[in-house]
Amino acid sequence: MDVRTNVPNLYGEHLQKFGDLWKTQVESLRARWGSKIERVDFPGEALTDVPVVWVLRSEIVEVLRFLKSDPGFEYNFLADITATDEMPERPRFVVVYQLFSHTRFNRIRLKVKVEDGESVPTAVDVWPGANWAEREIWDMFGIKFDGHPDLRRILMDERWEGHPLRKDYPLRGYQIFPTPQVPNEDLLK
Amino acid sequence: MAKDGSTGYLTTRVDAVVNYFRKNSVWPLPFGTSCCGIEMMATLCSDYDMSRFGAEVVRFSPRQSDLLIVAGIVNSKMAPVMRNVYDQMADPKFVMSFGACASSGGIFNVYSVAQGIDTILPVDIYVPGCPPAPEGVINGLMRLQEMIQRGETQSQRRERGTITI
Amino acid sequence: MENKTFSVDQIPKDLLRQGIPGSYDVTVEHDPDDLWEESRMIVNIGPTHPAMHGALRLVAKLNGEVIEKSYAEFGYTHRAKEKLGENRTYHQFIVYTDRLNYCSALTNNMTYAMAVERLMGVELPMRAQWIRMMCCEISRVIDHLICVGISAVDLGAFTFFLYGFHQREEAYTLIEKLCGARLTTSYCRIGGLMHDAPEGWEKEAKAWAKKTLKVIEEMDQLLTSNKIWCKRTVGVGVFNKEQCLEFSYSGPNARAAGIDVDLRRDQPSMFYRDVQFDVPIAQNGDCYDRYLVRMEEIRQSLNIVIQCAEKIKKGPIWSEDKRTRIPDKEVVYNTMEGMIHHFKFFMEGFRVPAGEAYTTFEASNGELGFFISSKGGSRSHRMRIRGPSVWHYQGLVPMVEGKLLGDMVAALGSINVIAGELDR
Repeated sequence: MDVRTNVPNLYGEHLQKFGDLWKTQVESLRARWGSKIERVDFPGEALTDVPVVWVLRSEIVEVLRFLKSDPGFEYNFLADITATDEMPERPRFVVVYQLFSHTRFNRIRLKVKVEDGESVPTAVDVWPGANWAEREIWDMFGIKFDGHPDLRRILMDERWEGHPLRKDYPLRGYQIFPTPQVPNEDLLK
Repeated sequence: MAKDGSTGYLTTRVDAVVNYFRKNSVWPLPFGTSCCGIEMMATLCSDYDMSRFGAEVVRFSPRQSDLLIVAGIVNSKMAPVMRNVYDQMADPKFVMSFGACASSGGIFNVYSVAQGIDTILPVDIYVPGCPPAPEGVINGLMRLQEMIQRGETQSQRRERGTITI
Repeated sequence: MENKTFSVDQIPKDLLRQGIPGSYDVTVEHDPDDLWEESRMIVNIGPTHPAMHGALRLVAKLNGEVIEKSYAEFGYTHRAKEKLGENRTYHQFIVYTDRLNYCSALTNNMTYAMAVERLMGVELPMRAQWIRMMCCEISRVIDHLICVGISAVDLGAFTFFLYGFHQREEAYTLIEKLCGARLTTSYCRIGGLMHDAPEGWEKEAKAWAKKTLKVIEEMDQLLTSNKIWCKRTVGVGVFNKEQCLEFSYSGPNARAAGIDVDLRRDQPSMFYRDVQFDVPIAQNGDCYDRYLVRMEEIRQSLNIVIQCAEKIKKGPIWSEDKRTRIPDKEVVYNTMEGMIHHFKFFMEGFRVPAGEAYTTFEASNGELGFFISSKGGSRSHRMRIRGPSVWHYQGLVPMVEGKLLGDMVAALGSINVIAGELDR
């Protein structure tokens, strides 16, 4: 692959600034976690702006906790959790974690592959704020999170059928309900 | 009222007077959900000032208000709530559909959005725009006042029995 | 007949500690079977409650006035923008970004355009970047004015709100001169801008900024040292530094708790390196600190607008890149090739090379991010929008637990949750 034509030049700015830091970080990640890291896409070699670390599904929480607290990484800010639907491919879904460091101001991205029907361990123990982001992934993609305290729908009505952001859900698949969503008293105990 | 059901001279005159006062003291309920809510605030504030048209007494209780301004998107989760609010309002009640999203779904023809609030409740006046400029809203309010004076709003027609929505 | 008079001494001193509803002290342990357990009340606030800013809902279990347990709900304005991102071309999606944080639509436009430009490797000319910077700062001022104004209205200070609102109208006049719209601007194009700024626009913006600085001083005198305002906000809705990090707070809400991060300074884009500005930080993380941080940020943003107006120069506003350039009308109407180009551009859209990028910018509420994953072609494979309001609203429930119901209103007003950005 010809890097010069395929990688847009604006990715390069970050690579110049954080390239060496990312290289040492990726090396120490590989040394620490070994085969639990499937692969690392490095900017300049792959089509991405920051390094993408593909982690085994069972190890993701430990890797997140390590990245959050280890002095060589300090990715203390969970910028986002989301998912993508790669429909014809197997496994079907990819859960994406965006991390940001408040000390070095660089970013890194973690990815986990999930098959339809499988579940990912929850990151709520590491960042309590991951709660709603994971609920949203359940709502939109139907990926379950193991050990999540309150895995309900969040954007859609609780009576909604299907998961709208899946590629096979139609853009105009309306569903209408005659009554409002009632307060859930079980949540207040 | 005459025996054949037509309104007599006195009732029509009284109606005209009642409608005159009614149109100049519209109490709106701002049902602002998204972007249009911000423009509705601008309309109510000092630069545009809806109180020049007697419509500045904003009430958040449906029992106290007679104009429902639906400003912004109404989606499948919100639609039953809006219908509830409308049902709680006392007659005569008027509905203004504020902006493209409320009138027709606008640019959001997607799974979650109700394609126009007129699929859920009767609407008297539509104000176009995404969001409408405050001048447009004031124009819409003036048209609504004319309708109230002539007794042409959905609620007044329902009262007279000409429609049954 | 005995003359009975009421005196304060008759009230038992420990009345407030006996677990009576309305008691401030929630540290008192209640017996679950005691008399007051039955008096717990479940209150449903929203989605159309005036204090709930648009369409949010909080269901709270109250012990008198104290919120014992609550949960928050949203999604009442969900408009499927992420799904639309996969179904619209990159050019068509610009209008949907306006409706994210509609108080500062220009910032969303710019961030989205930056994200696509980053995927394509398009570089902007100087003037376009300066105009974008000015737009971002003007919309930041508008957004903060709304936030502090509305949170003041929630607590009963209406005059303050009107001061800010008039200044906001003048800012909208400026924006109208740029693009003809007030709220939903769609001013940005990928690789450029819709129009150049009209002649003398920079000077008007500078004059507006200088006038607004004076108005901000007046607003400051009205509220900042006002005793009632201080009593309602100091120590209310506290969210400390650790909690802010746990719940991924960013922007002014995080800076009010002492997190010294501003993406304009720490991850600079456009020309933020070339202007002078301070990043205000407060320590306590309560409503009052959030208010102070926002007021100071308005001043800093106005200073940036003034500096930009001095540094901006004439020049092209479109990048040299042919892929994203919208053909000129003269070419479209007079040549066949231009006509075909125009048709293909709008009907089919330009192609973005495969790749993925997470582009962020310091929007007025915090870190606004677009994660765009492209597989080539004119539509994205996944368009994820990271709205800061989601994370801020999530912190509301731990923020108000064990506090008074009235304080919830103050806390919600001060974290500035925008429904369009929250539900997307």
